[in-house]
Amino acid sequence: MKWISHGGGSVVILEVIAKGAEATLYKELWNDIVVVRKQRLPKKYRHPQLDNYIRRTRTVTEAKLMFEARKLGVPTPTIYDVDIDNCIIRMEYITGTRLREYMDDIIHSSKYEVLTKIFETLGIYAGRLHTNGIAHGDLTTSNVIVSDSTLVLIDFGLGTYAKDLESHGVDIHLLLRSLESTHYSIASICFKHFIKGYSREVGEEYANKVVERVHEIRARARYVEERIRKRDFI
Amino acid sequence: MKRKVTVLGIESTAHTFGVGIATSEGEILANVNYVYTFEKGIHPREAAEHHSSVAHKAVKEALDKAGLSIHEIDAIAIALGPGLGPCLRIGATVARALSLYFNKPLVPVNHCVAHIEIARLTTGAEDPLVVYVSGGNTIVSAFVDGRYRVFGETLDIALGNCIDAFAREVGLPQPGVPNVEKMAERGSKYIPLPYVVKGQDLSFSGLLTMALRKVREGERLEDVCFSLIETAYSMLAEVAERALAHTKKKQLVLTGGVARSRRLQEMLREVAAEHGAEFHVVPPEYAGDNGAMIAWCGVLAYIHGVTIPVEESCIRQRWRLDEVDIPWRR
Ligand SMILES: Nc1ncnc2c1ncn2[C@@H]1O[C@H](COP(=O)(O)OP(=O)(O)OP(=O)(O)O)[C@@H](O)[C@H]1O
Ligand SMILES: Nc1ncnc2c1ncn2[C@@H]1O[C@H](COP(=O)(O)OP(=O)(O)OP(=O)(O)O)[C@@H](O)[C@H]1O
Ligand SMILES: [Fe+2]
Ligand SMILES: [Mg+2]
Repeated sequence: MKWISHGGGSVVILEVIAKGAEATLYKELWNDIVVVRKQRLPKKYRHPQLDNYIRRTRTVTEAKLMFEARKLGVPTPTIYDVDIDNCIIRMEYITGTRLREYMDDIIHSSKYEVLTKIFETLGIYAGRLHTNGIAHGDLTTSNVIVSDSTLVLIDFGLGTYAKDLESHGVDIHLLLRSLESTHYSIASICFKHFIKGYSREVGEEYANKVVERVHEIRARARYVEERIRKRDFI
Repeated sequence: MKRKVTVLGIESTAHTFGVGIATSEGEILANVNYVYTFEKGIHPREAAEHHSSVAHKAVKEALDKAGLSIHEIDAIAIALGPGLGPCLRIGATVARALSLYFNKPLVPVNHCVAHIEIARLTTGAEDPLVVYVSGGNTIVSAFVDGRYRVFGETLDIALGNCIDAFAREVGLPQPGVPNVEKMAERGSKYIPLPYVVKGQDLSFSGLLTMALRKVREGERLEDVCFSLIETAYSMLAEVAERALAHTKKKQLVLTGGVARSRRLQEMLREVAAEHGAEFHVVPPEYAGDNGAMIAWCGVLAYIHGVTIPVEESCIRQRWRLDEVDIPWRR
């Protein structure tokens, strides 16, 4: 697998879609097709070398993991172009609504049964990534786009190749916390269906272990553990 | 007009035994702190012994400083947690005794909430995104729906703990953070180290292990210190930035012991500017653990009817920030 920036060509920026914490996303007309350009701009507060390293590795990781997820049957935008030196990814523009806003609409219309299906599917996708040694790294309802009847996963920049329980647990912990912080009233029912789909992919035994780890991550009273560690250093 | 309320607060969650006196007009009348110093990592029982040996004079000095007698105090506030059991018990015992003997209501205070409230008072920031970073905590938080919600935190050790432990291992004096920073000023080479951000959360244990390994492998200590500081602070700045982008708060406040760091202040100031937010830092005398913050948080709680019967005032070693209702903010 190799990406070469085509450079040149015709590029017309149509609009800024989002100015996230990490990257700026543009809708762009690139060689006559509409694409999303995700560009990680330098952060002044970071040491230039570290800044470069972070932006480059995240750009490469994101493109790679999106590509691999897709091969596993987990829908992600098609990657068109990766320009490592400028930390740019060009990818398919997904028409749809982010799951986070989609859930707001559902709550208004009370069509909850749609959600059970969505979360089961999301569980299947997460499970498939995990069984294949990929952790998404920022699994939240803002990073899933509902496009017609397909769920498309985006934002793999914090992803890792990881087969360990802790990384998988953290992924699920992040999803649960995002559910609770935005849609507290339906968080647990959504999570239940998520786990149903997840178990189907990873097996019930492993799913139970992951859920247990999620509880443990949340219950970690960091303060006390640190003090114990402090003494370990004596 | 409401009557002015004066509260005496006691801090003894970890290395500091502090007594502060604050009023409902936002005055800090006294802030007397005795710090148990250690080179080899805090030993809870030794710290507790230190606390019990200074408790008496700390209370007396605070009252003298404020020019008040104990009878002019309306309530006693006590930091019941989170913290180290043996240390917490000393403060709680002193507070209970004062409460019973002089017949003053007892007010429970969460140490993390106090770090946030003293920062709001002293900086004037009303509704900030808070970055609270100390030896035991690394938390990005903001007020939503009656509580200080956690938007990001460490999944293992705290930032201050990471750098203090590094200092200890390589033979630099405590407190670790300012001493590692001093060394870092003479570093120039950036050595790549594990930069671990998971969503909004952070992990510092891999960073600590790898930094120590680099020293063993013969890298210049100055360069490792430089790289460690830059990496750790950048991680924190990144999650702060993400939380700022998501919550859209217009103020960013830095509090806790590590808030005294110039480099961290500089980075977060940039982050705030980029998102059109004001940036504030808690003044140095209120950055580390101190009695005044417990007294002030006690004032807020007390005037909103928060008190606790002495017999129920047990310590709470693992009392999380987001478990505390905040009736003074709605
Ligand atoms: N391929 C795409 N098609 C359509 N919209 C997209 C696409 N990719 C991203 N977006 C939109 O842009 C937003 C930000 O994208 P993304 O999450 O990848 O950026 P980010 O800067 O990493 O975000 P964060 O703030 O989470 O760090 C998404 O929430 C989504 O609304
Ligand atoms: N001048 C300084 N600049 C930066 N950091 C400092 C400075 N002085 C001390 N520190 C760091 O502050 C931390 C101690 O913070 P604090 O006094 O709030 O105590 P703590 O017990 O760790 O607090 P908490 O209970 O809130 O976790 C240590 O990591 C120490 O290295
Ligand atoms: Fe503290
Ligand atoms: Mg995103």
